[in-house]
Amino acid sequence: MALDKATVAHIARLARLRVEDKDLEPMARELDGILAWIEQLNEVDTSGVEPMASVVDARLPRRKDEVIDGGQAEKILANATGAAHGFFTVPKVVE
Amino acid sequence: MELTDLTIAAARTGLAKRSFSALELADAHIAAAAKARDLNAFITETPERAREMAGRSDARLARGEAGLLEGIPLAIKDLFCTEGVRTTAGSHILEGFVPPYESTVTANLWRAGAVMLGKTNLDEFAMGSSNMTSHFGPVKSPWTRRGDNRPLVPGGSSGGSAAAVAARLALGATGTDTGGSIRQPAAFTGIVGLKPTYGRCSRWGIVAFASSLDQAGAFARTVEDTALMLQSMAGHDPKDSTSFAAPVPDYAAALGRGVKGLKIGIPKEYRLDTMPEDIERLWRQGIDWLTAAGAEAVEISLPHTKYALPAYYIVAPAEASSNLARYDGVRFGLRVEGETLDDMYERTRAAGFGAEVRRRVMIGTYVLSAGYYDAYYLKAQRVRALIARDFTEAFQRVDAILTPTTPSAAFAHGEKTADPVQMYLNDIFTVTVNLAGLPAVSVPAGLSGDGLPLGLHVIGRTFDEETVLGAAKVLEDAAGFVARPY
Repeated sequence: MALDKATVAHIARLARLRVEDKDLEPMARELDGILAWIEQLNEVDTSGVEPMASVVDARLPRRKDEVIDGGQAEKILANATGAAHGFFTVPKVVE
Repeated sequence: MELTDLTIAAARTGLAKRSFSALELADAHIAAAAKARDLNAFITETPERAREMAGRSDARLARGEAGLLEGIPLAIKDLFCTEGVRTTAGSHILEGFVPPYESTVTANLWRAGAVMLGKTNLDEFAMGSSNMTSHFGPVKSPWTRRGDNRPLVPGGSSGGSAAAVAARLALGATGTDTGGSIRQPAAFTGIVGLKPTYGRCSRWGIVAFASSLDQAGAFARTVEDTALMLQSMAGHDPKDSTSFAAPVPDYAAALGRGVKGLKIGIPKEYRLDTMPEDIERLWRQGIDWLTAAGAEAVEISLPHTKYALPAYYIVAPAEASSNLARYDGVRFGLRVEGETLDDMYERTRAAGFGAEVRRRVMIGTYVLSAGYYDAYYLKAQRVRALIARDFTEAFQRVDAILTPTTPSAAFAHGEKTADPVQMYLNDIFTVTVNLAGLPAVSVPAGLSGDGLPLGLHVIGRTFDEETVLGAAKVLEDAAGFVARPY
């Protein structure tokens, strides 16, 4: 199955990754090459096989519901490009 | 003997006997690293911190309070967050990021007395098998082919760690292994690389690539040294719910176990038509070494081996695309301004991620997207279950499995870069182990026709690092690998 430009543009949008128009076609070809190689999985009969998400027991351990950490706003904001008044800052989203 | 030529075990003895100080040992390595900058093994050297830590080690040694790795200078893959020391993951997108916390594995190493020399180069977000995808440039292997001085890759993704240990810039180093990222570079650079069972070491504070596959491990120049490192790194951590809640066994004690009476599986599916003769020969040699030490070689079948890489290239990118969603220019790292919030995200991520990372984020997003999830992602997870089942069945008949680590010796900078799939095939013998979550080690065992190191790979049962280490020690003793890069 060949990927078209529109699909690649859609995936790039979902991934929040800017891809210039001129790069869509080469990227489609590249991803196609990888997906064509992956297609060989269809040779494997997986009927009745449960999907495996992790090799460890899926039940998460529980711990006491208590505060063990916190009060570190300054440390957390130290790596942000934009921070003011104890918050992260981003471009304006509401007009 | 130069201090930089010591093993970790010999350095511990020397420090205990006061033959030299931890500060002298650190200084010898700081000087070696400064002289070998052309390798580009380190992204960040931390000589002041090393000297300060070594000074504290000397004080503890004097008081008789030495930890297991007291005064041992180590290099840390720049995927482990280190408090107050910039951490890059080999990526532009983490520009300026200085973690306000320490990863559990490195904290465990410092608690055992180890000394940090610096942060080593790696493929961007550990995505690669050559160290060529790093934003900070490729690493040069200390090895070259006989009669050919073209720069070679050290393997990847933990290429800087492997090069540093092989070139005697550190006594040991940490790595992470998601599809072969410890074992393949260890094989390429003629050192030992140990990937423990998934869950043996905490993943907390390690920059995430594919969370169901990532596992921290160790590089050193002997099997014993990797056992000492794992001893300090391993253990349950409440901050990683997938870390194993059981006591850590005494790994050094397992080294003398040998392989007498053990059954060693030889998987027939690993015999590739394209395998170079020197690798085939090394594998046969490895079987002979183990049988001479009292093991019995048993042919086994791992029928789904061929499908491991394509399954991996769905599972790993899917998890990566989700993990890497956090790099949005808001909380840390690079920000490229845009007209809207989405525009800022898109520009930041396009500028911050390199080509291979963008490719994997795209593949991962695609296979998780509506309409393709079942056909790709669930299919790959089902195939993963079959691969794990292959091993479970094999381990009912055998105690460990022996294979080559890689399908070839190291390649040159620029080779295998045109087609991503050709690069992915490097991990053909290592990736099955990650999908099944098993422990494995690569041991340097011989040289290729053109004088480059080749590794043998021992795979064990879940949480049976001890048998793996015991068999690796037998191979190491039999191989007597003494070749050095220079």
